[in-house]
Amino acid sequence: MDKKNVRGFLEFVYDFYKSMKAHEITLVYEGEITHQITKAFTSLTESNMAKEEESNTVQKKVFHVMVECLQNISKHADSFGSDDFLFAGRGIFMVSKGDVEYHVTTGNVIENTKIEELTRILEHINLLDKEGLKQLYKTQMREGRLSEKGGAGLGFIDIARKTGRKLDFHFLSIDEENSFFILTSTISRTE
Amino acid sequence: MNTIKIMGTDDTPTVILDAENEVFEISGRSLPEDVTAFYEPIIRWLDDYATSPNAKTIFTFKLVYFNTASSKLLLDILMKLEQMHEDGKEMLIRWYYPEDDEDMQEAGEEYADIVDVPFEQVSYTLN
Repeated sequence: MDKKNVRGFLEFVYDFYKSMKAHEITLVYEGEITHQITKAFTSLTESNMAKEEESNTVQKKVFHVMVECLQNISKHADSFGSDDFLFAGRGIFMVSKGDVEYHVTTGNVIENTKIEELTRILEHINLLDKEGLKQLYKTQMREGRLSEKGGAGLGFIDIARKTGRKLDFHFLSIDEENSFFILTSTISRTE
Repeated sequence: MNTIKIMGTDDTPTVILDAENEVFEISGRSLPEDVTAFYEPIIRWLDDYATSPNAKTIFTFKLVYFNTASSKLLLDILMKLEQMHEDGKEMLIRWYYPEDDEDMQEAGEEYADIVDVPFEQVSYTLN
């Protein structure tokens, strides 16, 4: 890098650091989500929470939500750009911790053709109350089949149940074929 | 009959299936990398066992965590036990949950609702 580029890069690093601090991000990752990554992130977050004497209930909820979010990316994220399968199963994963709540945010590329179906599933979950979610989980467990990727459509229901909140999701358009799917799950620290 | 003894890890449960000594237990944490591959031998063992089960089977679940993919396989196991119960064998499920873990207690209640088999909830204190 020439001098000017070095300067630009250093500023980027510092800005990146500052915006992580501003958004209270304690963990951020972009790349392939493997089982090893899932284990490493959950155990890192677990030990941080234990150090900070977070309640057992909160620790368990954060753990549950992290695992399901990470597995969603590893099983469902689509590849982006031509036919490069190397980009499948990748995404961005972030954990942030504020005074009153934890946020687990995932972002991954999804083919536009899948948006309608995914929206239908997520909106259906968001219409249900606690009892409705419980019934849906039971039905899905009984009737749903494990897909070849190992999902049974249970992850999103579990996230809604564990957080006690509506699923907060958005699609940002990338191009004619792909969009970026963002899901933010919030776990209260005071419950 | 063969016995199954799998030692638990931080992402797979301890599994003991020993008909001779009447020990049937799944405990610990369950989030295997490949749930189907992990549970397949267990399901197969139960299919075998169902051909000539003990007069009475007490099956213990003592899990502290399982992911949603595992929840489906746990139901498959419970349905095998339900089938043996329907076939006239005495069957009891003991579902252990840490006393402060409402979610694990509720998970037990949900399974008890789905399968028609004697189901006992037992709370315990984590050390």
